[in-house]
Amino acid sequence: MQTDIVIIGAGVVGCAIARQLSKRKINCLVLEKNAEACFGTSKANSGIIHAGHQTSTNSLKGQLDARGNALYDKLHEDLGFSFRRIGELVIAQVPGDEEKLKAMAEICREKNIPCEMWDKSRLHQEEPNLSDHIDAALFTPTAGVINPYELTFAFMENAIANGVQFQFCSEVCAIQKTDDGLQLSIKNTRDGHTQAITTRFVINAAGIYAAQIDQMLHAPTFEIRPRKGQEFLLDKHIQGQPTRLIFPLPTPESKGILLIPTFDHTLMIGPTAENTDHFDDLETTAQGYAKITESVTRICPKLAPLQPIAQFAGLRAVASTDDFIIGPTQTPGFINVAGIQSPGLTAAPAIAEYVDEILTAQGLEYIPNPNFNPKRHHEPRFALASLEQQQALVKKNMAYADIICRCEVVPRAEIETALEAGATTVDGIKLRTRAGMGRCQGGFCSPKIVQMIADHLHIEITQVEKNNPGSWIATYHP
Amino acid sequence: MQTVNVKSNYDLVIIGGGPAGMAAAMGARQNGVGDILVLEREDNMGGILQQCIHAGFGLHVFKEELTGPEYAHRYLQRVIENEIAMLTHACVIDIVTRQPAHHEIYVASPAIGLRVIQARAVILAMGCRERTRQAIHIPGSRPSGVYTAGCAQKLTNIMGVLPGKRIAILGSGDIGLIMARRLTLEGAEVVGVFELMPYSNGLTRNIVQCLDDYGIPLHLSTTISHIYGSQRLTAIDVAPVDAHFKPVTAEKRHIDCDTLLLSIGLIPETELAIKLGMVLHPKTRGPLVNSRLETSIPGIFACGNVLHVHDLVDFVTQESLRAGAEAAKWLQNPTTNQDDIVVLPGQNVGYCLPGTIKRGVSHTISLRVTRPLQGATLKLGDIFSKKMPIAIPSEMITFTISADKLESFTGNQLTLDVMTQG
Repeated sequence: MQTDIVIIGAGVVGCAIARQLSKRKINCLVLEKNAEACFGTSKANSGIIHAGHQTSTNSLKGQLDARGNALYDKLHEDLGFSFRRIGELVIAQVPGDEEKLKAMAEICREKNIPCEMWDKSRLHQEEPNLSDHIDAALFTPTAGVINPYELTFAFMENAIANGVQFQFCSEVCAIQKTDDGLQLSIKNTRDGHTQAITTRFVINAAGIYAAQIDQMLHAPTFEIRPRKGQEFLLDKHIQGQPTRLIFPLPTPESKGILLIPTFDHTLMIGPTAENTDHFDDLETTAQGYAKITESVTRICPKLAPLQPIAQFAGLRAVASTDDFIIGPTQTPGFINVAGIQSPGLTAAPAIAEYVDEILTAQGLEYIPNPNFNPKRHHEPRFALASLEQQQALVKKNMAYADIICRCEVVPRAEIETALEAGATTVDGIKLRTRAGMGRCQGGFCSPKIVQMIADHLHIEITQVEKNNPGSWIATYHP
Repeated sequence: MQTVNVKSNYDLVIIGGGPAGMAAAMGARQNGVGDILVLEREDNMGGILQQCIHAGFGLHVFKEELTGPEYAHRYLQRVIENEIAMLTHACVIDIVTRQPAHHEIYVASPAIGLRVIQARAVILAMGCRERTRQAIHIPGSRPSGVYTAGCAQKLTNIMGVLPGKRIAILGSGDIGLIMARRLTLEGAEVVGVFELMPYSNGLTRNIVQCLDDYGIPLHLSTTISHIYGSQRLTAIDVAPVDAHFKPVTAEKRHIDCDTLLLSIGLIPETELAIKLGMVLHPKTRGPLVNSRLETSIPGIFACGNVLHVHDLVDFVTQESLRAGAEAAKWLQNPTTNQDDIVVLPGQNVGYCLPGTIKRGVSHTISLRVTRPLQGATLKLGDIFSKKMPIAIPSEMITFTISADKLESFTGNQLTLDVMTQG
């Protein structure tokens, strides 16, 4: 098989790049090793669109995050995903913190980021649930919250509509430089079949595996070390929540344990920051929960006792250079997009534009796609729509009146849309529709969703999987 | 698509068509209410009984031992004979009280689309949901193969598939015990039932008939401290617990299995109650009710598992008949309640309801004890007492006090205690 561009990795960065490149008239293929897009680090992302005041401009991170932040309003309008600029407060808890806040305010001035210093009285008036010991905070109104999986699928669907192809369960095992370009050896993770693809350009957006991919062609010039973050989600109805993002002061290791009022009002608390050598350690731990609980109840004491409804962990791709590694390499056509950790989600659309520019600089002539449509067709989410909008949806399609997930109010129509858009697994449906994300965590709806997947794919219930090959749900045979 | 003739307003709308909703409808009908609509979100009436294919239902109500579906079917026949309107495949997605006796119920159903139905009175009968692994945070990975027992029951009894082959069960609540037997009968291997408390949480007869009879071990004072598996569950760690119910990880055991069932508690399904701003009972987490089973919102009543989780469906039926009767009385004469005595849980009482009672009528009071007790005496202040040779948390206690017992009581508060000697 031959193509012009292969993107390795269908996380938020790979999908953002795919959508950006679909503005070109070109053959582009995204290879994803998991069963669906967004099954790697992106689904565990905290979902914050950072203002950009935590990174200075002497890093690629600092250059691309504010640029990315500015792109989200147009993307939101065109692609439709849950996004809200709720603002962020970096809080001063101990003497010395206020000085650090002033240093951040300096970065705001440098980068033209709106900010305000709030004193104790203003702070507690605006956020009465914050602990009394918090003396001041730096407020940035342009910070926001997003559902990172919705964003990833929105990028992917628009890319597909504009001609990009995606292939799943496709693991890149080797890359060779040949006279015709770059040849990739691919293995199907479900059935073991191998495939060879020749391409002019490879964009390495493989997340925690980016160094391994790079080293298929080059001697090591950088390392990616996973850094685990555990997150917990609390019941919507819990009292004592803040209304804005609450950040402690950052450390060299991480932005700290945060309070994130997500778009859907399930307060997310976390993440931890735990370096690991295990590329598959996604466990949540009692120690992680204790650490997060202690930190969060110190900041918002009225939250206790916490009522978790979900918890998960993800692995940040931390580069040994501590910055994004985006650029061409010794191998013509091979471009790294590695070490994309915070503020990677924020920067993603800007990274995509940057990669597009790199491709041009690398000799890929810019021929625009005459059929490029920036807009992704999407209906309003039923659960959030007004009565009039809901009734209009029902009138168009009675399957909107058939509620499958009661906790999140997800109708059959939305699950069918997800199936038609290519969802093949229970988690794929969950990430696209929110079915199973509520307080019963799929206890009532998952049997129905399993049936719907089986019916759509013409397979047995026993062949339906939660996510990757091997994650079977049920069996006929004891 | 069948067209169902559903009006836009009813005297009484009942949310939930399981045993509670059906009995509430009968109670209202038997007391003169003609204009009733029962809304059920599943395709069929019967609620959770549909998947409870084991026997043990109906000993009180039908004087026979029936399976869950048989009980549901028999009761449904009564509802049909009484020509009570029902709409299935109908989910209530919102509810708003505009004015007293004017509640707007937003119903989504493929039969009628999305409609707003007005009701003068409402009975909440939505049942309960299961506590999840996530709510108690069992550490580890998140593979497939971890199910609440009720969800596993649905897979097995309704969808005809096994949730797994080698199964561990956390929690000795009745659903877990029933599923231990069920899955063994289908050929799966149940490696054990693990219970946090030093005593079992299920009905005694279920311990005997589901575990003892099948040689399935019950490990008390034990919990699951870790879940392993990348795609599918591969193993768990079990550990004894200390006095604070925390796992003693130094003594953990690693057990290979591919399925974990959780039977760790049932929680009233109160999303709609919360939307209405209803006051919730601090212990049961269901709505707080007065002696008429009326919630903090006048004209809205609650019964069955949404009010407090029951062990026997027969008691759900009895309670719900009462709720229907009270709704009927209220519709005839919508006065605000005049309860004047607060009932408080005392010694060894985990919760009791109703929260208030009044002089001049008899009352049915329900409670659960906090720990197993032998040779105890139940006392409601000084006005009522009853000997209880055995009282256990997993068996709800219900008693009736007659109106005359309250006649000479002049106070405004009574405490309910279950006392043991010494």
